[in-house]
Amino acid sequence: MTSPTPAGAPALIAMRGIVKRFGEFTANAGIDLDIVAGEAHALLGENGAGKSTLVKILYGLLEPTEGEIRLDGRPICFEDPEAARAAGIGMVFQHFSLFDNLTVAENIALVLPRGEKLAGLGARIEAVTKRYGLKLEANRPVWTLSAGERQRIEIARCLLQDPKLIVLDEPTSVLTPQEAETLFATLDVLRAEGRAILYISHRLEEVRRLCNRATVLRAGRVVATCDPREQSARALAAMMVGSHIVDVRAKPADAAGPERLRVEQLSLPAEDMHGVCLVDVSMQVRAGEVFGLAGIAGNGQDELFAALSGERLAAQSGAVRIDGISVGRDNITLRRQYGAAFVPEERNGHAAAPDFTLSQNVILSRHATGGVTSGAFVDLPAARALARDIIKDFDVRASGADPAARTLSGGNLQKFLVGREISRNPSVLVLNQPTWGVDASASAAIRQLLIDLARQGSAVLVISQDLDELFEISDRMAVIHDGRVSQALIARNTTREEIGLLMGGADMTKAIHAH
Amino acid sequence: MSLQILELVLVTIFSAATPLVIAAIGELVTERAGVLNLGVEGMMITGAAAGFAVAILTGSSALGVLGGMAAGVALSSLFGVLVIFLAANQVATGLALTILGTGLSGLIGAGFIGLKREATAHLSIPLLSDLPLVGKLLFGQDFFVYAGWALVVAVAWFLTKSRAGLTLRAVGENHASAHALGIPVRRIRFLAVLFGGACSGLAGAYLSLAYTPFWAPGMTGGRGWIALALVVFASWRPVRAFAGALLFGGATVLQLHAQAASLGVPGQLLTAVPYLATIIALVVLSLRRRRGSVAPASLGLSFVPER
Repeated sequence: MTSPTPAGAPALIAMRGIVKRFGEFTANAGIDLDIVAGEAHALLGENGAGKSTLVKILYGLLEPTEGEIRLDGRPICFEDPEAARAAGIGMVFQHFSLFDNLTVAENIALVLPRGEKLAGLGARIEAVTKRYGLKLEANRPVWTLSAGERQRIEIARCLLQDPKLIVLDEPTSVLTPQEAETLFATLDVLRAEGRAILYISHRLEEVRRLCNRATVLRAGRVVATCDPREQSARALAAMMVGSHIVDVRAKPADAAGPERLRVEQLSLPAEDMHGVCLVDVSMQVRAGEVFGLAGIAGNGQDELFAALSGERLAAQSGAVRIDGISVGRDNITLRRQYGAAFVPEERNGHAAAPDFTLSQNVILSRHATGGVTSGAFVDLPAARALARDIIKDFDVRASGADPAARTLSGGNLQKFLVGREISRNPSVLVLNQPTWGVDASASAAIRQLLIDLARQGSAVLVISQDLDELFEISDRMAVIHDGRVSQALIARNTTREEIGLLMGGADMTKAIHAH
Repeated sequence: MSLQILELVLVTIFSAATPLVIAAIGELVTERAGVLNLGVEGMMITGAAAGFAVAILTGSSALGVLGGMAAGVALSSLFGVLVIFLAANQVATGLALTILGTGLSGLIGAGFIGLKREATAHLSIPLLSDLPLVGKLLFGQDFFVYAGWALVVAVAWFLTKSRAGLTLRAVGENHASAHALGIPVRRIRFLAVLFGGACSGLAGAYLSLAYTPFWAPGMTGGRGWIALALVVFASWRPVRAFAGALLFGGATVLQLHAQAASLGVPGQLLTAVPYLATIIALVVLSLRRRRGSVAPASLGLSFVPER
């Protein structure tokens, strides 16, 4: 690692007074950012702070409303990403900009400058991947690859153009801890070659390890610039949020009671070509515990959630049991009536109908358990009263008495949806990625709610990609990989490394016996 | 003698398949770019009417062909503006395009009903065209048949081997990613739609200038719809579309022969055979591929970039 950038070093990129408005909304309100050759610069901020907008402007995807960008001191204006790439700016996207049905080589060929020959590309790919230790097979179609391999395609694609600056947007959010280490090693090599790195992440420990400078954004403005190695993760988080974040209060250890959710040898075929099939999944969640299910996206989480909630039915009714009742062949309404509640991953469109009001969204799941219907009719006043209570009890910030679901921010809508299920005191609560894309303070609030619910005797199953979250709240943990679920491990007796190995597909029995 | 009959049957199969090949290849390129244009039938019949009208007025088949293609391009550009730049629903707009095209063809063709022209000339190469069995098939066809073959080969090469074809497939596969990489999604889609329109117009011109050299309202007889089905049937691959078109052409010709042989089966039922064959083939194929389709992933979805 090099020392912090000397104040007088000439900037490779200088962004000055960048303003970007979308209609009424101001995403960037006058941002200054300097990036120096050879530095790893972190861009920090909550969801909606304006990080993505800023890098999209830098990459020529968005046009700034106001402001100026200089490259090596010369003002530039990128018409499109191709111009940005030609000027030496490369980008690795958060949600990969890859094409599933094309091969690795085809994906890379797509970004080469116009007129460049495709012949000899294979050899060039091989040269770059060898030099940076990026293992890739040029002729595999992308859909057969893991998230780590996909990211390597993006990085190789970037490097083929010999960039001066590489922008990485949340690069580790889909990687196992081991894959992340491989990425960091590659990034260190790139820095040593004098390339600059702009690193966007909400994982503050990573930023502290990797970056020598950080710019913190809040509500479209720069609120701090610092050396992250000299700050604690807590202090960085406080800069991002602008206030102190409350710690989640842990629950007393091992208050686990009787088994409330049991999954036994659940198998489910994949729904489509790129889907995952569940193989012999077994697990038990007991009263009083939070059970964390870790795994990289696309390893069967959605399929398992669908099988638990009743959106897809198991072959045997005994494959899923709620409080001892076999519900594997029952629909979601019946399962709710047995006391289970479900919060799916997709907020808008799955958990909530975006154009429905909050009270109408209450009816969507609560019709099953009464209180908002009378006979064949909906009881709108009761639904409105219930929505009001949820808004109040769960500290949901919403404009107006009964706004449409889509007008709420991600964090507030998620609090409302979790509140909708928790407020009827479910015996079993299953959540899929409960804090995905939710800001830090709402995440902390939701985690607290889950712990408190378990403490009252419910069984809580949290499916999440966020290992920090799972280690914070789980009593026991398991890993889902390629449709199989590992044995459960006691959370405080296991390590990130062990879970990481399982997430990467290490032999499950071996890893557990080694423990 | 029997060899001659076989040759005749094969030649008629290839003629019956030609409009399907041309229209299906055009729609295939459009769909590979992610746009579903259900207006093939409408563009085809307008191409037939316009092609015949221009040929009669100018006395030139070549100009007729160009007229048919121009009509297809004009209709498809209207469709393209609506669905690509104004993000209108592709299914509804495509159906409306078929209705519009059917009406428009009646208007264009109104003054030309009952007129007749000589069918476009067939290739004739001494010796080669007289070879037994394959002579007429390979060396005695008209311009359209060869154009169809050339299209299949050219589009197959374009999609798999060329840089532009790769870009077009990327746009159809994932328009958000393509946009993020700086590929001009909407421009490429528009060009693909125009290509589809030109092909549909050409297929229509074949019907009125070569296959049955006159104009009659409704003369496409649902061939545009068959071409649409063929694209799915072929899993969006040009050579398979060609094979599918021959299969359908074969069914058409066989039912004609069966009717001539008066098997005691109602003629209407035999006429329905090719259409039934298409439906059955599609069902069988989709059953076999139950674990997912190979359709372009962004097919039928509108794309509106933020800027």
